Amino acid sequence: MLKQTLKWSALALALSLPLAAEAHKMWLVPSATNVSGADPWVTVDAAVSNDLFYPDHMPVALDRVTVIAPDGQAVQPEHGVTGQYRSVFDVHLTQPGTYKVAVINGGLFANYELNGEKKRWRGDATELAKAIPAGAKNVDVSESINRVETFVTNGKPSDMALKPTGRGLELVPVTSFTDLAADEPATFQLLLDGKPAAGLKVVAIAGETRYRNAQEELDVTTGKDGKFSLKWPHAGMYWISASTQDDKASVKPAKQRRLSYAATLEVLPQ
Amino acid sequence: MRRLMLSMPALLLAAPAMAADLNVTVQIPQLDVAEYHRPYTAVWIEREDHSVAAQLAVWYAQKESKEGAGTKWLPELRQWWRRGGRELQLPIDGVSGATRPAGDQKLSFHDGKAPLGPLPAGKYELVVEAAREVGGREVVRVPFTWPASAPQQLAAKGSSELGAVKLDLAP
Repeated sequence: MLKQTLKWSALALALSLPLAAEAHKMWLVPSATNVSGADPWVTVDAAVSNDLFYPDHMPVALDRVTVIAPDGQAVQPEHGVTGQYRSVFDVHLTQPGTYKVAVINGGLFANYELNGEKKRWRGDATELAKAIPAGAKNVDVSESINRVETFVTNGKPSDMALKPTGRGLELVPVTSFTDLAADEPATFQLLLDGKPAAGLKVVAIAGETRYRNAQEELDVTTGKDGKFSLKWPHAGMYWISASTQDDKASVKPAKQRRLSYAATLEVLPQ
Repeated sequence: MRRLMLSMPALLLAAPAMAADLNVTVQIPQLDVAEYHRPYTAVWIEREDHSVAAQLAVWYAQKESKEGAGTKWLPELRQWWRRGGRELQLPIDGVSGATRPAGDQKLSFHDGKAPLGPLPAGKYELVVEAAREVGGREVVRVPFTWPASAPQQLAAKGSSELGAVKLDLAP
């Protein structure tokens, strides 16, 4: 029991960290990104690790998973199971079009001192007032919004499920997310609170990092319109990510807001 | 006089196009492998911008199953799927059918008639893609100009999943 509690609190901590360069990577890997037939399903791995895409550190908590169907409505992932290193769930693609699978994490973080001792707290806005003791000093509260996504298309791509929520960092397609091929440039748009996120660095890393000696990152910077283009050097599953911070925290007394976005995209041979 | 000169070439172009034929031979190679399945195969015509001008054939497993009559694996014909296969409601009369055995598979199409339809004059590519269960995938392209002014025999050759792809154009 204790072990279980420790595991979950460690998980919560892992989830709370921004996807900064030094942090572990959270990812979703679907078994296919283009499906067809009378009764299509995909199975999705969800984990946190350094190497892509090897589950060797932490599973993603299943209650953080949201699946948006092509009609824009949330649907339930099925057959969810959480193991030591990864969670697995299935998506039953009963509608034609593009599905968005997302893991949304975030909340409030507080650092403070009590009787000369450094303390940390994590929770949501409703708990904040009670959580910080009256005598606390040097209270520093920040907010975080982290989003990790992947996409699966049944038949012809559609974009209803890809409508941004307008909160945090999000990605919208110019090139369809499930229509990517090696050596073909793809363009996407990064949004911050629904508006173009200009001048942000976007990093793309291909999976199977274990079988090469360098990360072989592709770096691009978003333009004024939030758009950026990537040309995939080879086929594979790619993890693309961006992060930023600002002072637009939605809850007082938090000032700083940390935001991150990551997506797993499949690039097929031409 | 001026009007006559303008309409003359139009007439010349229009007349042969009415009867133009497009004949395709797709060679499915005999493969010496432990586990052989007939390839899923698609044949289509692309415009210069890679948009689809005509879907000519798609062969896939027809056996009924819970997952659909072999349609589950159609995205394995990756280029065909991206370039328009996924837009189709299968089966399509005269286009979709069962997988074919090794050998020369001959197909004939007539201008103005389905599935070729009226093909406007221009530059095109005939594209053949094959993908085999537990095997490989290959795409072969044959560029051509339509309509042909004289009978024309064009060909390209695959190296693994496809043999010779021949395109005979009749004006």
